[in-house]
Amino acid sequence: MAAVTLLEARGLTRHFGGLKAVNGVDFALDEGEIHALIGPNGAGKTTFVSLLSGRIPAQSGTIRLRGRDITRLPAHARVRAGIAYTFQITQIYAALTVFDNVALAVQGRGGHPLAAQAMAALDRVGLADRAGQIAGTLSYGHQRVLEIAMGLALAPLLLILDEPTQGLAEGEIATFKDIVRSVVPQTTVLLIEHNMDVVMGLADRITVLNFGEVLATGTPAEIRANPAVQAAYLGG
Amino acid sequence: MRLDRALLLHLAVLAALLALHFAAPPYHHSNIARIMVLAIYAMGYNIAFGYTGLLSLGHALLFGAGLYSAGLLVYHGGAGAAVALAAGVLAGGGMALAVGLLALRTAGVAFMIVTLMFAQAGYLTVLYFGAWTRGDEGIVIPQAARTIAGLDLASDAPRYLVALALFAVALLANLALVRSPFGRVMVAMRENEERSRMLGFNPFTVKLAALAVSGLYAGLSGACYALMFGYVGAGLVSVQYSILPLLYVLLGGAGTVAGPFLGALLMFYLIDWASALTDAHQFVTGAALVVLVLFAPKGILGTLRARWLRWLP
Repeated sequence: MAAVTLLEARGLTRHFGGLKAVNGVDFALDEGEIHALIGPNGAGKTTFVSLLSGRIPAQSGTIRLRGRDITRLPAHARVRAGIAYTFQITQIYAALTVFDNVALAVQGRGGHPLAAQAMAALDRVGLADRAGQIAGTLSYGHQRVLEIAMGLALAPLLLILDEPTQGLAEGEIATFKDIVRSVVPQTTVLLIEHNMDVVMGLADRITVLNFGEVLATGTPAEIRANPAVQAAYLGG
Repeated sequence: MRLDRALLLHLAVLAALLALHFAAPPYHHSNIARIMVLAIYAMGYNIAFGYTGLLSLGHALLFGAGLYSAGLLVYHGGAGAAVALAAGVLAGGGMALAVGLLALRTAGVAFMIVTLMFAQAGYLTVLYFGAWTRGDEGIVIPQAARTIAGLDLASDAPRYLVALALFAVALLANLALVRSPFGRVMVAMRENEERSRMLGFNPFTVKLAALAVSGLYAGLSGACYALMFGYVGAGLVSVQYSILPLLYVLLGGAGTVAGPFLGALLMFYLIDWASALTDAHQFVTGAALVVLVLFAPKGILGTLRARWLRWLP
């Protein structure tokens, strides 16, 4: 089956002063895949996904979502177009209830009925019984999961996860992997991840960034066997 | 709106105010009418500041827009009080939109400064057009022009009841707003703007809408003030009138529906009591505010909500 392209970036560039954080990156995501983005610290991974989600404007290049040019679309409009982003550093509404956190996400895409859809999103990640709790009082792991629930509640075409397993315990990582597997193929997942077990276990394809440029793209087996990747990142 | 304890509480406040109409001695009766009008202003301020997190130091401009459009329309234009009231509401909302379009390009301290500057420009404009506004001296609205649907706003009983009716509408609308989906988005903007943006909400339009609603309230309050108390002067659009609603809201509880009224009530009587006690009454109110900030920074209802009454909207 020929893969259908969901999102395509061409020549995407963002420099900060002399630092070429993202430098002429060509990139394509297939519908329904789990795609991991790896690379050493400072390789430009977070900047790259920030360009895709619109949090940072691109200096040059184009981004197309299902063929539609979204390069100039502001971040909130890209969310409505179907690109959900979960932050590297947990960003929830700590003072609001767990339910309100997710309800806001459902509202963000105009979902009806609000309460049922919010509860469904919480149910998917196993937080339904904590709906009334103040989000800031959740454990760190639950806060990370809540943030993923907010992403799911947006019912996005593309879910971008920026280092989602950072700081999670082993058991929580297993739960996280199950959640991610359950959202494809309706939702395509782009994942920045340092934990190689998670990457190799989840990803259909992997893109390696280094110094703001694409070093390699391929299946986990191809990436493992790639000598350039081994030299730059995997450390042989 | 569902009939639950939060709605019942606010209905009870309104019932108590109606009872006071019959029970309160004339001095307090007249005070409470004024407090209700000022509380409408403070409620509007709270929608912007308490719920949406917009710390404005220029709301006197919005209050003044209502005050002067109502006052000047009646005084120079010979308009009826009902028309003047409607014009005042729209002027407050329109002014908030105009200011918001520019001021909301900034945030935080810059937003405070920009709104303060706009309000100062408004104050100076009132002085500049002294031929119409009579500046600091102000204009007195003739009693004959202060009648709405046969009710003479210059006499105590109708004034109190009209003030209560408008206060009731404002209070219940405020309750409905903060419990609506849009109310949740306003709070989301206050709590975490970047997160809200990444849930698909445009921060600029959400804040502009909240500011416009805030302006409608301030405009209503300003127009009521002109028509009920018959005086329109530059002192009412000075910086002091930008600070007053902030103090009311901080005292009563920012981000609570009944807080602005409670704050206005307590502050009014604190000043009243302190001025009878000493010439340095501002010292007493200042001390009260220091105590508040140190021991109950969430205000009275905010503290009650944090400790015991989590259901309080």
